[in-house]
Amino acid sequence: MIETENLTRKFGDLTAVDAVTFRVEEGEVFGFLGPNGAGKTTTVRMLCCLISKTSGKASIGDYDVGKDSDALKIRKLIGLVPDNVGLYDDLSAYDNLDFYGKLYDCTEAQRKENIQRFLTMLGLWEKKDVAVGVFSKGMKQKLGIACALVHDPKVLFMDEPTANLDPESAKTVRDFILDLKKEKRTIFLNTHNLDEAQKICDKIAILNTKLMAVGTPEELERSASGRKTVVQLVQVSDAILAALRKLPVRDMVVEGNKLTFDVLEPEKENVAIVDAIYGASGHVQTVTVVGSTLEEAYLKLVRLDEK
Amino acid sequence: MRLSKSRIIASKDFKVFMKKKNILYSIVVVPLVLSFLLPGVMAYAGHKNGASGVSGAELTVLLPSFTFLYLVIAGVIPSTIASYTIVGEKVEKSLERLLATPTTDGEILLGKGIAAFLPPIASILGGATIFMVLMDLVTRGTLGYNFFPNWNAAIVLFVMVPFAVIMSVEWNVVVSSRVSDVRAAQQIGALIVLPLGGIYLAGELNLIPLGTTSNLLIIAGVLLALDLILLYVAKATFRREEILTKWK
Repeated sequence: MIETENLTRKFGDLTAVDAVTFRVEEGEVFGFLGPNGAGKTTTVRMLCCLISKTSGKASIGDYDVGKDSDALKIRKLIGLVPDNVGLYDDLSAYDNLDFYGKLYDCTEAQRKENIQRFLTMLGLWEKKDVAVGVFSKGMKQKLGIACALVHDPKVLFMDEPTANLDPESAKTVRDFILDLKKEKRTIFLNTHNLDEAQKICDKIAILNTKLMAVGTPEELERSASGRKTVVQLVQVSDAILAALRKLPVRDMVVEGNKLTFDVLEPEKENVAIVDAIYGASGHVQTVTVVGSTLEEAYLKLVRLDEK
Repeated sequence: MRLSKSRIIASKDFKVFMKKKNILYSIVVVPLVLSFLLPGVMAYAGHKNGASGVSGAELTVLLPSFTFLYLVIAGVIPSTIASYTIVGEKVEKSLERLLATPTTDGEILLGKGIAAFLPPIASILGGATIFMVLMDLVTRGTLGYNFFPNWNAAIVLFVMVPFAVIMSVEWNVVVSSRVSDVRAAQQIGALIVLPLGGIYLAGELNLIPLGTTSNLLIIAGVLLALDLILLYVAKATFRREEILTKWK
């Protein structure tokens, strides 16, 4: 649905986005993680045809980003939730949505239906005639998302949708994104909230001007330092250790009756480990897989780049 | 260029203006005050100590100059609206969302232009109509005829005032790209009144007789030329890329 190849944007001598290549499938929630100034917003703005690219290729659906004749078609296909909510405080919630619905060429019937649907989903229908200026931050953010959805876009770009929200409002927004995910919309989520990315995203890209890594949250966790298996035994014996050394296990550490191994695929390797222990008449109390977290993976990649 | 898109943007801006009392006052009050004040002053001027008031010869110089005052306020009023429609969107951070919709830069600019053009024009023409009716009532006795309407007033109100409003709107678009505060935009935007005020003063001092059709047409021509130059600059300023990467 979204594809980039060596997408680059320079501002004078400064390279904001450097040869970024990724692919987002239809119906996927794609998290774009990175520190401040990593180029996340610049990438979104290029993909939304708001600013031009310096070089590289990008496409959304069948349309080319950067091709003048496709710009309006792309903008019609997508919805954008910018990092600033950007609503008209003097207008009511309904009027804000109606304005955007008109700009996206929705018929009156479509606008009425979608406005009611999204305001109801977000718990704002009762406040539809209230001026947005009196809304709380959380309510504004929810309305901002509804504005981007009023024309039923196939692709939704969200730039830090939960930034500066209190935990309850952030959770409401996250739950709403999960509801949208069920509707099979393609969602491109800019965030530096790792927990949020892990909970919501099917795939995550880590950006620090350059693309550091792309993968599922699990793949990224594994890529940081693999995972460890910790086996607690009733009693460690030489026979058990000898049996385990015959296996292709790496970095076995023995601490009392606790054994720790580096593993790449615990689902397969742990079976062999436990079999070897039983074969040597050992008794297993617990087997625990300890993985590196997404946070560790993220920090490792970002710090590695800064060095 | 799809006019429907510009109309949607202009309608939204009208809706916002209706909720903003300061904008409403600035549109309505100034032309209205002028329309009642000038005939009122004329009714009482020169009547002190039993004098017979302003002479007919003086009136034929004064009245065209008074009409010209509407050209001066045509420079001021749009700056209040135009600065709000663009800098206001910047302040409310709604510009990026608007730019992300399937509209062209030209459609947005035209929509903003219509929103900043129509209310001042309606207000000025309404005010000028009141002014002309009242002024005729006050001066008919001295002149022996109705001074208004006349062709020169028509040129000022239907040609020069729209040109001045357009110039003010365009100037404010350019100013909007350099400031991030509505008041600052209004203050700098209102500087457009200086050349118009200068022409008015020149008329009052009889340096440029404003009762002459040829002079009015020359000034109208200059305004049109300035409109075209500023249109080019405003279009170059109001581009998505510029707005998102270079505007303050």
